[in-house]
Amino acid sequence: MAVTKTRPKTELKKLLIKVCVGTGGLAAGSQAVLDKFSRQLKSGGIKAEITKKCTQRTGCRGFCAKDVLVDVIRNGKKSTYQFVDTDKVSRIIKEHIIGGTPVKEWLAGPEYEAFHSKGTKVLLKQCGEIDPEDIESYIETGGYKATKKALKMKPEQVIDLIKKSGLRGRGGAGFPTGQKWELCSNAEGSPKYIICNADEGDPGAFMDRSIIEGNPHSVLEGMIIGAYAFGASRGYVYIRAEYPVAITRLKLAIKEAEKKGFLGNNIGKSKFDFDIRIKEGAGAFVCGEETALIASIEGARGMPRSKPPFPVYQGLWGKPTVVNNVETLATVPLIVFKGPKWFSSIGTKTSKGTKVFALTGKIKNTGLIEVPMGITLKEIIYDIGGGCPGNRKFKAVQTGGPSGGCIPASHIDMPVDYESLQEIGSMMGSGGMVVMDDTTCMVDMARFFLDFAQNESCGKCLPCRVGNKRLYERLKDITEGKGREGDIEFLLSLAEDIKISSLCGLGQTSPNPVLSTIKYFRDEYDAHIREHRCPAGVCEAFRKYIVNAEICKMCGKCFKECPSGAITWKRKQPAFIDRDKCVKCGNCYEVCPFHAIL
Amino acid sequence: MSKGKIKIKINGKKISCSEGDTILNAANRAGIKIPTLCHDYRLEPYGSCRFCSVEIKGMARLLPACTTPAADNMDISTDSETVQRIRTRLVSLMLSNHPNDCMRCEADGDCSLQDLAYEYNVDGSEYGGERWDLPIRQANPFITYEPNKCIVCGRCVRICNEVVMAGTIDFTGRGFNTVPDTAFRTARTLSNCEFCGQCVSTCPTGALTDKKGRGKGRAKDFKKVRTTCGYCGTGCNFFLNVKDNKVVKVTSDYNGPVNHGNLCIKGRYGYDFIHSPDRITKPLIKKGKKFVEASWDEALGLVAKKFSEILKKHGPDSCGAFSSSRCTNEENFLLAKFVRTVFKTNNVDNCARV
Repeated sequence: MAVTKTRPKTELKKLLIKVCVGTGGLAAGSQAVLDKFSRQLKSGGIKAEITKKCTQRTGCRGFCAKDVLVDVIRNGKKSTYQFVDTDKVSRIIKEHIIGGTPVKEWLAGPEYEAFHSKGTKVLLKQCGEIDPEDIESYIETGGYKATKKALKMKPEQVIDLIKKSGLRGRGGAGFPTGQKWELCSNAEGSPKYIICNADEGDPGAFMDRSIIEGNPHSVLEGMIIGAYAFGASRGYVYIRAEYPVAITRLKLAIKEAEKKGFLGNNIGKSKFDFDIRIKEGAGAFVCGEETALIASIEGARGMPRSKPPFPVYQGLWGKPTVVNNVETLATVPLIVFKGPKWFSSIGTKTSKGTKVFALTGKIKNTGLIEVPMGITLKEIIYDIGGGCPGNRKFKAVQTGGPSGGCIPASHIDMPVDYESLQEIGSMMGSGGMVVMDDTTCMVDMARFFLDFAQNESCGKCLPCRVGNKRLYERLKDITEGKGREGDIEFLLSLAEDIKISSLCGLGQTSPNPVLSTIKYFRDEYDAHIREHRCPAGVCEAFRKYIVNAEICKMCGKCFKECPSGAITWKRKQPAFIDRDKCVKCGNCYEVCPFHAIL
Repeated sequence: MSKGKIKIKINGKKISCSEGDTILNAANRAGIKIPTLCHDYRLEPYGSCRFCSVEIKGMARLLPACTTPAADNMDISTDSETVQRIRTRLVSLMLSNHPNDCMRCEADGDCSLQDLAYEYNVDGSEYGGERWDLPIRQANPFITYEPNKCIVCGRCVRICNEVVMAGTIDFTGRGFNTVPDTAFRTARTLSNCEFCGQCVSTCPTGALTDKKGRGKGRAKDFKKVRTTCGYCGTGCNFFLNVKDNKVVKVTSDYNGPVNHGNLCIKGRYGYDFIHSPDRITKPLIKKGKKFVEASWDEALGLVAKKFSEILKKHGPDSCGAFSSSRCTNEENFLLAKFVRTVFKTNNVDNCARV
C-alpha cells in the first residue's frame, strides 16, 4: 500500500465510501468488498484521519443488476463503481482514493445514470444514502420531523391531511389510505391495531424489502403517524422470514426508536402510547392477504376469511385494525412533512404520488425504480429499463405479479395508474413488472403463474383450490402438445367462474394471467393447439430439432454440445440432426446463437 | 351489533330482517332455500364451499350468503343464471376430485354431494387431471377416514376446534393438496382424540364414517329410533339406527333440544352393551350360592323387606343412599326425597358432588 502517514490529512477527511449492503449487494459479495476497503484503508494508515462513515453501510439503491455498487465521494465529488469485487478494491484505493483519478473502466455507465435520473425518487431517495442501522443518520436527513409535526396536530387533522393528499394503498387494490384510517378511527372497539404488511410474496418483487433494508425508520414513522391518527396502541410488522436482513434492521430500528422515545409510552409528551412488534411469516404467499395475515398473527393457519366484516371493523383479535403496505406507510411521513399539496402534485388525477416497481425479466436494466404515477410503460421499459437485451422485440409486460395481467406491446403508450391497468385486465399489484420479449411463450408464462397460484392457494375455498389446479393442468397440457379444440373456451369459462366465486384476492385474481394472455395472444394458444407449434420456441414438446440450413451460420456449436452424436457438421457446411439418434435434450437449441434450430 | 330492522329484497320478495343477520338466515326465515355445504348451524359461518353464493345487485362478484351480513336495501338473487352456473361449476369441480364410487360408499343415501350431483346432473369428468389417491385411515377403533372422499369443507376441523375444542385435526398441506388430518398424520389415539365422533356427525360425505357400523347397512336400510342417552344426566337425544332388530350405529338428532346433535364418545359409540350376551335383562336374587331369575315385584319386595328390617333393628341413620351423576336431576331429587321421607335420614349423597 502506497499510502503514507505524511499525506495531507485534510484531503482524506472528505472521503466517503458507500457500499451497497442490501440483499442483492450482499449476495454479490458486498460484505467482503466492504471489509476489504476498511482493512486496506486501515493498513494503509488512513485510519486516524477518516471517520467511521468512511465505510458506511447503506441500503439498496435499486440497480441490483450492477451490484456490487460502490460510491466513492472524494472531496465532494461522487463516482459510482459497478460490479466491484475484492480484486478491484486495491486499484480503486490506489488510483482513485490516493491518486485522485477514478478508474474509468469500472465506473457505472450512462444506464446507471438513466436508471436513477429518469424516475422520481421520493421514497427511495434515502435508500442507499443513509445508514439504515443508525437512527442518527435518518434524523440528520429530516427523519422523525414528520412524527413531531403530526403529534402536534389533532388526529383528525392528520387523517384529513392524508385524505387530501390522495394517497392510495400501494399493496395492490389501491384503497384510499386516508379513508381507511377514518373508517377505523370511527369504528367501535378498543384497542385498535395497525399492521404493516411486509409479506411481499410476488415472484420478482422486492420493493418492500428494499425500503425496509434501506430505510426502516420511514416505515416505523408511517406506523407511528397512522397509529396516532386513528388511535391504535400497538403495531405489528408482518414480514416474511425469508428477509433476514430486513428483519434484523427493523428490530434494530425499533430498539433505537424506543431509546429515542419515538416508541413507547407518552411519545413526544403527547400522552400517546404506541409500540411495535414483529411477526415473522412462515412462507405462505396467501398471508399477504390481510385477513389471512391477521389469522397468522393470531397463531392460526394463514387462511383468509370472508369480507365483510372488514378488518377496519373486525380485525386482529376481533378489534378494529388497519393493514397498510410498507410502501404506503413509508410515504406517510413524507406527506406529513412536505404537505398533501406537494404529494398530489405528482401523478395523475386519481393516482397520486410515485410508485416503486421491481423491473425484472427480459430487460437490460433490472432493478428497483420509482416513477411518478401516470408515466407510460414505454418510458419505463425503454428510457429506464433500456429495452430488451440483445435488442430483441419487446412483447409484453406482466404487472401485478401472479394476480395481474399481461399487457401487450400494442398498449405500450398507456399510462401506469390504478384505473388504466385495471381497465386493460391487469392491476397495479404490489409493483412487480416482468418484461417479456419475443422469446417468451405466453401460454408457458400463463402456465408458470397458474402453477404458482395453485401451489400457493390456501385450500380453503373450492374454486381456488380445485379450479386453479384444473386451469393449470389444462395449460400444462397445451404446452405439452396435448391441447385440444375447445380448450380455450374451457379456460375462459372456468377462469371467469373462479374469478367471481373465490373467497379472497388470490382466487379472484389468479386467472388474470390466463384471461389476459388469451385476450391479447390468442393466436399463440391456437398455434399450440391447432398447429402444434410454439411460436416463441419455448415449449419443448413442440421442438422438432431440425436445422434451418438457410439460417445456419455453420459455426458448429451445436455439434460440440450434442451428447448423443446425432449432429453431423463439417466446416462450411450447415449442421444436420439425425432424428433417430437425437435424445431431445435441447442442448443444441440452447447454444445456437442464430436460432437456426427449430 | 344493534338490532335495528332493515329491509332487503330476495328474488324480488321484500323481507324485513335484523341488522347483522346473515343473508342465509334472513332467507331461511323467509322460507327461501339456499343450498349449503360447508355450513352447519352448530358452527361459525365459514364460507369455504361457496355453494351458498348469491348475486347482489351492484356487486361484480358473488358473495356467500352464510357469511355476508344483510345490509339495508340489498337486492339479492339466489337463483339467477349466474348463481346456477356457479353452483353447477362447483359441484362438477368437487366431483373432479372425488372417487365417485357411490355404489359401495358407506354414505350412499346420506351424502350431500351425492344429492347435489343428482340435482345438478354433473359428474366432473370434463376436467380430467389429478385425483387424490390417499390411503384409507382407520388405525383406531371408532373412526374411518377416507381422505379421497373429502371435499375439504372444513366442517370436521371446525367442529373439533370450535365445539369440542379438542384440536385433533386441522388442515394440512396447501393448494390442491389441502386435506384435514391429524398433526403429522399420526394415527388417532386417546392422547390426541376424544373419539366423540363429532367430525363424523358433521361430515357431509362418506369421508368420515363410524368404523363399527361399516358394512352393516346404509341410510335406506335403517329404522331410526329416537331415544335419550342413558349415560349421564344431560339427557342428549340421538337416533339408534336399527337394522334387523339390531342397533348398528348411533346418529345425531340435530333437533335434540339439549344437545343439538352434539354427542360424546359414550353416547355415540358406547352402545355395544345393547346386544351383549353378558347383559342382565331380568332381576336376579341370590339363593344359596346361585343367582336365580326373579320378577320385578319379587325383587323389589325383597329389597323393601330387608331395608325395613335394618331400619327397625338399627335405626334410620344405619341406612343411606348414594346417587349417580348418570341420573337426571329429577331422579336425584326423587332419591333424596325417598331417603329423607322413607329412611327418615339425611344420609344421601351423589358422586357428582366432589
